[in-house]
Amino acid sequence: MAVITYREALNQALAEEMERDPDVFLMGEEVGVYNGAYKVSKGLLDRFGEMRVVDTPITELGFTGLGVGAAMTGLRPVIEFMTYNFSLLALDQVVHSAAKLLSMSGGQFKIPITFRGPTGAALQLAAQHSQALEAMYAHFPGMKIVVPGTPADAKGLLKAAIRDDDPVAVFEGEMLYNLKGEVPEDDDFVIPLGVAEVKREGRDVSIITHGKMVHVALQAAAQLEKDGVSAEVLDLRSLRPLDVDAILATVAKTNRVVLVEEGWAFGGITATVAALIQEEAFDHLDAPILRVTQADVPMPYAKGLEKAAKPSVELVVEKVNRVLYR
Amino acid sequence: MAKKKADPMPAAQPSGDASAQRDDNREMLRSMLLQRRFEERTAEAYAIGKIGGFCHLYIGQEAVATGAIHALQQGDYVMTAYREHAHALQCGMDPGSIMAELYGKATGCSKGKGGSMHMFSAERNYLGGHGIVGGQIPLALGVAWKIKYRGEQRVMQVYMGEAAVNQGAFHESLNMAALWKLPLVLIVENNRFGMGTAWERASSLYDIAQKASAYAMPSAVADGMDPLDMYRVTKEAADRARSGEGPTLIEARTYRFVGHSMSDPVSGVYRTKEDVEREKLKDPIRIYADFLAKQGILSQEELEKMDAEVREISEKAAQFAEDSPDPEVGELYKDVYAQEDVNGRLYFDMRNR
Ligand SMILES: Cc1ncc(C[n+]2csc(CCOP(=O)(O)OP(=O)(O)O)c2C)c(N)n1
Repeated sequence: MAVITYREALNQALAEEMERDPDVFLMGEEVGVYNGAYKVSKGLLDRFGEMRVVDTPITELGFTGLGVGAAMTGLRPVIEFMTYNFSLLALDQVVHSAAKLLSMSGGQFKIPITFRGPTGAALQLAAQHSQALEAMYAHFPGMKIVVPGTPADAKGLLKAAIRDDDPVAVFEGEMLYNLKGEVPEDDDFVIPLGVAEVKREGRDVSIITHGKMVHVALQAAAQLEKDGVSAEVLDLRSLRPLDVDAILATVAKTNRVVLVEEGWAFGGITATVAALIQEEAFDHLDAPILRVTQADVPMPYAKGLEKAAKPSVELVVEKVNRVLYR
Repeated sequence: MAKKKADPMPAAQPSGDASAQRDDNREMLRSMLLQRRFEERTAEAYAIGKIGGFCHLYIGQEAVATGAIHALQQGDYVMTAYREHAHALQCGMDPGSIMAELYGKATGCSKGKGGSMHMFSAERNYLGGHGIVGGQIPLALGVAWKIKYRGEQRVMQVYMGEAAVNQGAFHESLNMAALWKLPLVLIVENNRFGMGTAWERASSLYDIAQKASAYAMPSAVADGMDPLDMYRVTKEAADRARSGEGPTLIEARTYRFVGHSMSDPVSGVYRTKEDVEREKLKDPIRIYADFLAKQGILSQEELEKMDAEVREISEKAAQFAEDSPDPEVGELYKDVYAQEDVNGRLYFDMRNR
């Protein structure tokens, strides 16, 4: 298997799906001439031309709605949000149209659209540019949500998203684009939506997370190992559909759970998963479920404050020690 | 794809009878020089990692904010997007507090929480830098509404890049501003590029001023390389707003001599080095300084002295930032809500439990 970056993995996924299906096109700000603000679409304009790799004006609501309309009538658009922060301007089209058209039309109109772009905090970009918004998207029935944490997952999940007949939002970690990893070259390498993966086996405690936080969890697990704690790291990968079986299996195995997410705690993914575990696996728990999330504040600019606001390896270790009553 | 239009920008030729306002002229040139030197100092600090995040410089566009804000009176308001250091300076904010904000220090104008894109000064009626393209326009509309509501004699001046004009927020705001005759002056800083996308590749209509006609709003095109033209056009619009005749849309034609942000090269993918060099021949500061020299308003010697002064101000600002303390971690939960967290229930992450 080739070792490539997360960015290249996404680029391969796009190129392969566009090659495979002429109805797939990519649209968004700076995706063409500029080769993508984060260079995910590098080379695609040259390869597929300007009807299939389309630079838009800065009009998130407009071009997202355009994508939904095109999907309604047979195309398979991939809409790039330069970052998910800006997708808030388009949310009406995502929530009121993409997510609901199949249901509102009694099953007549499928919306095979993919939304994608970077999410989460990068380096000191402050309140309007540092947010993990997947919990908000996951709130809406009709949406599917995937959050790849590795290059292989990025490729396999994006390909699955493009082939899926429902609206799928792919949340790419803004800080993961340069991450390297082994990625299968097979054209038909897809990772089914709704399948979590144990990224590290363990016995004593389960750290359940997704996206960029998988790496925080793995670092915490490595540190805990030095103290004789064996932590399992479950990467959800898909938030909708959610792999409930994998969650229950790891809880049954370790009996202790720490949930980690980059976004805010209130109404978060971890809130949903915690509720699910206590509803379905209460008897397996040997300790209350604890969570690590972003501080409940808009992200500050100053380096020290930003660091204090983000979920950290230290916080995960601390919470793990608490569920182990250590 | 839209065809490339002919060069829309006339070479800057300062207009108006400059000698009539000798002090104003010197003041405006000084402001432009300060903005330039301050940002050059900013770029240096950024290069060695003293400043983080996105940082969008205004170099090349100085005439726009300088001339336009010079046309305002005490009590008027200014709001803009993220390319905002010059506007903050021009509104009279302390350069030290601006630089400290860039450094993320506790002494910064937003206490280190905002950074380059989010500077504010309630004292100077500077309503800030905003990071979402077009997001500030409806806010400015609200300020203009407040002015009318209270029957004040003030004007709201809002800046945006040309790319923001395509956002729905722009069109919705123009309609309401014209409908209710709000005291709003909208200034589009057309530097020809929204990141890497040339205006002619993003808009079906090249002429931004014409867009106002859809809302029966008066409009004007100003030479954004000439502070005097900016002053004249903005003054007219501000007078109109003050007398209750409503909003004006001004398109200021200018150019950005630097990359979109510090991470974007000056030239390369979307414009050539030659393009930039050609536009630099219209450097608003040099042309204006030459003009003032010809008019006998400012000698070469005085110019050099002025330059030394503003360099020193910039250096001092950087030193102040350097010497200032980082915000304390306890500040994290400050200023999220206006009211104090009296019973400890406002915050939901339970980190401190
Ligand atoms: C809603 C939204 N979409 C995209 C972006 C990313 N972005 C930041 S600046 C920019 C270009 C804006 O160009 P323009 O409005 O002309 O202003 P300029 O940078 O030229 O001053 C883009 C696309 C954003 N900040 N907000």
